[in-house]
Amino acid sequence: MTEKLVVIGAGMASGRMLEQLFEAAPGRFDVTLFGAEPRGNYNRIMLSPVLAGEKTYEAIVTHDGAWYDSHGVTCRFGETVTRIDRAARVVHSAGGTTPYDRLVIATGSAPFIIPVAGRDLPGVMAFRDYDDVQAMVAAAARPEARAVVIGGGLLGLEAAAALRLRGMDVVVLHLMGHLMERQLDPAAGYLLQRDLERRGIRIHCKAQTKAILGEGRAEAVLLEDGTIYPADIVVMAVGIRPEVRIATDARLQVERGIVVDDRMQTSDPAILAIGECVEHRNVCYGLVAPLYDMARVAARTLVGEEAAFRPVETATQLKVTGVSLYSAGDFADAPDREEIVLRDAGAGIYKRLVLKDNRILGAVLYGETADGGWFFDLLRKGADVSAMRDTLIFGQGCQGGAPLDPTAAVAALADDAEICGCNGVCKGKITGAIVARGLTTLDEVRAHTKASASCGSCTGLVEQLMTLTLGDRYNPAAVQPICGCTPLGHDDVRRLIKARRLKTIPAVMQELEWKTSCGCAKCRPALNYYLVCDWPDEYADDYQSRFVNERLHANIQKDGTYSVVPRMWGGVTNARELRAIADVVDHFQIPTVKVTGGQRIDMLGVRKEDLPAVWAALGEAGFISGHAYAKGLRTVKTCVGTDWCRFGTQDSTGFGIRIEKFMWGSWTPAKLKLGVSGCPRNCAEATCKDIGVICVDSGYEIHFAGAAGLDIKGTEVLTLVHTEDEALEHIVALTQMYREQARYLERIYKWAKRVGVDEIRRQIVGDADRRRAYFDRFVFSQRFAQVDPWSERVSGKDKHEFRPMAAIGFPVAAE
Amino acid sequence: MSWIAIGSIDDIPARGARCVVTPQGRIAVFRTAEDGFFAIDDHCPHKNGPLAQGIVHGNAVTCPLHGWVISLETGEAQGADDGAVRTYALKVEDGRLYISSDAIARRAA
Repeated sequence: MTEKLVVIGAGMASGRMLEQLFEAAPGRFDVTLFGAEPRGNYNRIMLSPVLAGEKTYEAIVTHDGAWYDSHGVTCRFGETVTRIDRAARVVHSAGGTTPYDRLVIATGSAPFIIPVAGRDLPGVMAFRDYDDVQAMVAAAARPEARAVVIGGGLLGLEAAAALRLRGMDVVVLHLMGHLMERQLDPAAGYLLQRDLERRGIRIHCKAQTKAILGEGRAEAVLLEDGTIYPADIVVMAVGIRPEVRIATDARLQVERGIVVDDRMQTSDPAILAIGECVEHRNVCYGLVAPLYDMARVAARTLVGEEAAFRPVETATQLKVTGVSLYSAGDFADAPDREEIVLRDAGAGIYKRLVLKDNRILGAVLYGETADGGWFFDLLRKGADVSAMRDTLIFGQGCQGGAPLDPTAAVAALADDAEICGCNGVCKGKITGAIVARGLTTLDEVRAHTKASASCGSCTGLVEQLMTLTLGDRYNPAAVQPICGCTPLGHDDVRRLIKARRLKTIPAVMQELEWKTSCGCAKCRPALNYYLVCDWPDEYADDYQSRFVNERLHANIQKDGTYSVVPRMWGGVTNARELRAIADVVDHFQIPTVKVTGGQRIDMLGVRKEDLPAVWAALGEAGFISGHAYAKGLRTVKTCVGTDWCRFGTQDSTGFGIRIEKFMWGSWTPAKLKLGVSGCPRNCAEATCKDIGVICVDSGYEIHFAGAAGLDIKGTEVLTLVHTEDEALEHIVALTQMYREQARYLERIYKWAKRVGVDEIRRQIVGDADRRRAYFDRFVFSQRFAQVDPWSERVSGKDKHEFRPMAAIGFPVAAE
Repeated sequence: MSWIAIGSIDDIPARGARCVVTPQGRIAVFRTAEDGFFAIDDHCPHKNGPLAQGIVHGNAVTCPLHGWVISLETGEAQGADDGAVRTYALKVEDGRLYISSDAIARRAA
């Protein structure tokens, strides 16, 4: 018979415990999981990179709804357990009572909010969960927004650095004399402060907060010494306290945390507790490695196996990109202790080892942390270091012989050597999984072994193991870089442009450390598009980074002449327009005139010097550019619909023209061709277009992601709507989503395959607010994009493009 | 060596090019991001693409027709491609550009 297991808290510890439980005893427990947050389980320690814009929320999800489903877990997310009735063995919540045979409390911790006036004002927040991150990201989006972070510990500094990267003006207030005083000594704290100040973060140590000021919302922070820092948001990151209320109410033994024994059992044997809410031998834990250890022990206890939690030393790293800091153990001064210190002020390196009886007690490394793991290993083993004491501080590479090739060092490790401290994964498990499952990418190794899947600081080691095991078959650059100028892929670059508010090509290249001075013909057009798309009102289009067709607003042909396609809305024309075209063809002796697949007229073989005059003549007849050369909106192909056709169900011609007039001039990742057919006979061939509409009696069926080029692919149906206005809103919103997310030169069908048709439907059809926001952003961008490039050039813009600079060596005409 | 004036450096946008027309054909005059000036034949060794219309990056240009990358310094195709275009000496004096008279004297027909 299955036992009823109730778990309160859907955090990292409980996720890990369930994972191990299902592995050890599948089907033995009928699990109900309560979580206060309205979502599944994510890797909380990676919230800092999410806040900094370096990772997406999706990338840090560890267990989503589907994972719990597949293991038969009944999820009650967003539902708080209000009471435990130990006598009846049930828990009470808004949804009623739930019986249990075994109960696991994993309520974690709550941020500590300092009791000052104004702490309840809107704008005061903690840095604890994804809701906090979203609130901070929203605040950072306002221009010149200011943040005050209270707390200069690990969490506060990660928040400060991330908010600074998002462009906020950031002040850190810290009560103690130097930053991260629990992990760092004053010297390393000073180096850290200097590095953070160089990034534009202001640091105020010995800052005693007196009050948070503001009318209706937080506006400033007042210190005891009278200093006032203006603030749009105030982030409290002063510490956490175990969340024990439910256990206290149930009269379990509670001190600072819920008291547990080595098996993670509370004072009631039916109830276990794990994670940040527990106290084990008078110690509460907040770092991930011991919490995962507790999860492992609890899973064993639940299935009736012997297991015991043992306190372990933990090491700390600050997750701020570009700051290297490592600390482990105890490094306070004491009479019976010795220290070894290495300083290199110029290079910003500081290393300090604290020894007692020739054994390492603590290590602080700043600026260069490669040997952190080695020192930590010596510390945990209590190894006698007297033999290598003279060179100890210089690290593992200086211990006899030539410096080791890093792979050789990893190769020399025993199979049971721990590689991933967060998840307790040893070398043998990783190499075994690589061989047994044929893993070739880092993501696969993370998925199968969990190694490097938490804080990521062992990623280098895991990659070395992969190199060691796979040889040449391991290609670390699994992400295809944009080009040789950068190791970053398109998605990373797009994300960082937004997150770091990069608004010029030189800024992107500087901040993202481009390897070339001014890029190349691959990355520059891509960056130019991303900046045009993301900052439509601020970015100055860089024509020297555009391909010739978009610079000259015509299509280059194999002989260096150009073709000219005027816009013919919806493919509809008239005698006056045709006469104007005929006159232009005669006057400029244009050799070829052809009708295109998108229902336009193409004049081929125009000399570059003639382009402005050709455009002037076409402009007089009312034509604007047809953008037949653009990575942008090309054409909307239509059939005659209800105007003429006996089968037509809607005004497909009129709607096509309306779409084209709304969307012309917009730049997109790759060309964008639309079609509107007035009935399912589909004479406008809308079902192989980037976006298509099939009119039906009841409305408009919107299609997308078709292809009829290198690939042939029928469209996917987005949705059916009943009015033209709704159809326009959906089409425009879809286009904007594509504009914001796709990689440069990626057609809509390839993008859709990558992100998933369902996800696109979810955002465009299922979420009206989001759809409207996409729509509004497109409309905003069009204010700057809908300028006819032909008339601009007829008026003299970029004259130099169309004329030679000089003519030399020709005989001077006789006078 | 004699020099022929072809215009001002301001006639050419940074990371851009202009053409000089000669009886023997077009010469592309480039200006790099670092204000280096180079003159080469405006015909890609591959299929005669107009190099002056390409994207300029570093001291090289990418041909607009098929993406060959040509060194502005040597005129040689970069990477796996094989071929070269002629280069011409340029000089800059007081913001004016002068091209070597080679450009019109010794050109092959």
